[in-house]
Amino acid sequence: MSNCAPTTCETCPSPHAELRRLGSRSDRWDHTVALAGNPNVGKSTVFNLLTGLRQHTGNWPGKTVSRAEGAFDLDGKRYKIVDLPGTYSLLGTTPDEEVAREFLLFGKPDVTLVVADATCLERNFILLLQILQITPRVVLCINLLDEARAHGIDIDTRGLSRELGIPVVGTAARRGEGLAELLSAVRDVATGAFVCARQAPEFIPAALRDAVGKLSQKLGATYPAMQNPSWIALRLLEGDPRIVAALKNGEFISTP
Amino acid sequence: MSPTEEILRDAESARWELGPRFQDEVAARVSEEASHLASRHMHRKGDGSRLRWQRGLDRILTSRITGIPAMASIFAIVLWLTIEGSNVPSAMLAELLVDTLHPWLKAHALALGMWPWLAGLLIDGMYLSGAWVVSVMLPPMAIFFPLFTLLEDFGYLPRVAFNLDRLFQKAGAHGKQALTMTMGLGCNAAGVVATRIIDSPRERLIAILTNNFSLCNGRWPTQILMATVFLGAVAPPALAGVVAAGSVFCVAVLGFLFAFGSSWLLSRTVLKGESSTFSLELPPYRPPNLLRTMHTSLVDRTMIVLWRAVVFAVPAGAVIWLVANVSVGGHSLAWWAIGALDPLAWVMGLTGVILFAYVIAIPANEIVVPTILMLTVLVSGSPVADAPGAGVMFEADNSTLHAMLVSAGWTTLTAVCLMLFSLLHNPCSTTLYTIQKETGNWRWTTLSATLPLALGFLVCSSVAFVWRYLAG
Repeated sequence: MSNCAPTTCETCPSPHAELRRLGSRSDRWDHTVALAGNPNVGKSTVFNLLTGLRQHTGNWPGKTVSRAEGAFDLDGKRYKIVDLPGTYSLLGTTPDEEVAREFLLFGKPDVTLVVADATCLERNFILLLQILQITPRVVLCINLLDEARAHGIDIDTRGLSRELGIPVVGTAARRGEGLAELLSAVRDVATGAFVCARQAPEFIPAALRDAVGKLSQKLGATYPAMQNPSWIALRLLEGDPRIVAALKNGEFISTP
Repeated sequence: MSPTEEILRDAESARWELGPRFQDEVAARVSEEASHLASRHMHRKGDGSRLRWQRGLDRILTSRITGIPAMASIFAIVLWLTIEGSNVPSAMLAELLVDTLHPWLKAHALALGMWPWLAGLLIDGMYLSGAWVVSVMLPPMAIFFPLFTLLEDFGYLPRVAFNLDRLFQKAGAHGKQALTMTMGLGCNAAGVVATRIIDSPRERLIAILTNNFSLCNGRWPTQILMATVFLGAVAPPALAGVVAAGSVFCVAVLGFLFAFGSSWLLSRTVLKGESSTFSLELPPYRPPNLLRTMHTSLVDRTMIVLWRAVVFAVPAGAVIWLVANVSVGGHSLAWWAIGALDPLAWVMGLTGVILFAYVIAIPANEIVVPTILMLTVLVSGSPVADAPGAGVMFEADNSTLHAMLVSAGWTTLTAVCLMLFSLLHNPCSTTLYTIQKETGNWRWTTLSATLPLALGFLVCSSVAFVWRYLAG
């Protein structure tokens, strides 16, 4: 998994990443991290933990009303992190969902950190799977582990990681638990040390496979850098006006 | 034809062949996979006692019968703790900043050869107004905000929204307005920003226009002071605290009633439409982290609000000092303005001084009371022991304050009308600016100022009329 040479590792002072919180100084950065998840799962708490900022947190859905940005320094690399409003889905038309979808599609995050509530994984996984359709470079942070423990819930993060092909880290962000593992996972995906290998299950109905296949092939040929041609193809078939506009404006051309 | 146009054309024609509804099928597959993933990697082994405890609590806090009374009692207890708890530290701060530090500063400034008019402006005007705001506002905020944050972290706010949803729906407004109004209890500008959680533009506008009916932090000191000095004083000493807290509670509840009423009015006149439906998740109760709560509410909320108050109080202090000391035609500017406002004020059960103070204090509600006190001394020239003199804001203890205001023509009616007017008047300039920014429209901003002002005039005048009629 790790590409660091043995000699480097032997001299490493700590197995964990070195974090420096930079607050809101996000003027220059090497990697962008998007923070996504359902409402009220602790995204802003994770955000505050990483940046040292004090975004409003509280136990109610809808606190984060606009996109908050912050920065941190990890092993000498600067990361800009964007706290997106909480959403249950990416396909709706509420302003929150539009902000989140817009950033994931066009903000070009290097890593998308999906925060999930350990006590209701099933509902949280819907958003996770939707995000995985857009980008494979995802780290899943299963937060509120302390609460899950109190409920007698046991989560197999290794098994999830194997099945999803992405790093999965359990945290209790309010107590700072799991921060070191989370940072290593974000760093590994950002630097490419961990290559996310999502075995995408087929969500596309049989009747559509033909049309989506043809369309995504054409998209892939026209926009070689496009990460998610089959998702875009599906949205085009749906007639999503934002995607149509993005194609016309050439917003996909510069996608890395 | 460019490749992009070709792709778009292909998609268009394929869409006609495929027909609608295939997105539903994709969504169904995604949710099926989500539930498989969860069931494969999650195991529940507990007995769920915590869940039972939470459900039991919710049965009380969100039931149709006990939900609203429970909410009212929690709110009343928070108010009572704030009022009772801030008495002593407030007096201590006033003693330090106003009684001790102020004369010392003044004496030293004069001894160092500072011009008397400059010393008056800087120390009597600016320093004293800042000191007053700190001593009156810091203790109640340092109690109110942590208590409020504890409730917020515990998960109570969405339950408030749940309880009030039916009422808001009847008023044609959005249930989440309950959340933005509770935010407004801290600061209306923050409450206005919080309305972004409301998706429907119509209901969001209603929430913005009525947020001012949530008594904000800058107005709590006015309420608390009037309630303690005038209303608490009418009650037997043992009950004074309860009567004071009770009357402030009534004003705050009245604010919520006015919010319902004007939401109803707006949704039937300029903002017609149906209430939209929404889903609100009731999160589990979570034990708040005491240390973090203290830290965030003291450092982030209290200090920020206090800083804002001081920032606005200092220039206002200078303005007050100037209007009180610059004379035209043998009288100060303040004297002329107060005289002009007196007739209107009488109709509203107020005094010209109060109305003029509201004009000066438009940048921040926090400085209304200090401005009133200063102007009162100036106009009535009432001889109060150890009052530092005309044109100076000062902290007076309750009995001298009571005596001074009574000699300036105040009655219990004045106090009641001031409490009502403090609830029902235009938002402060910061909130107005925020409303303008959020709505991008001057018409709504103007309405947000005129609606509460008109209501304030109506309510105060009616109360004054009935009161005077009953008193003969």
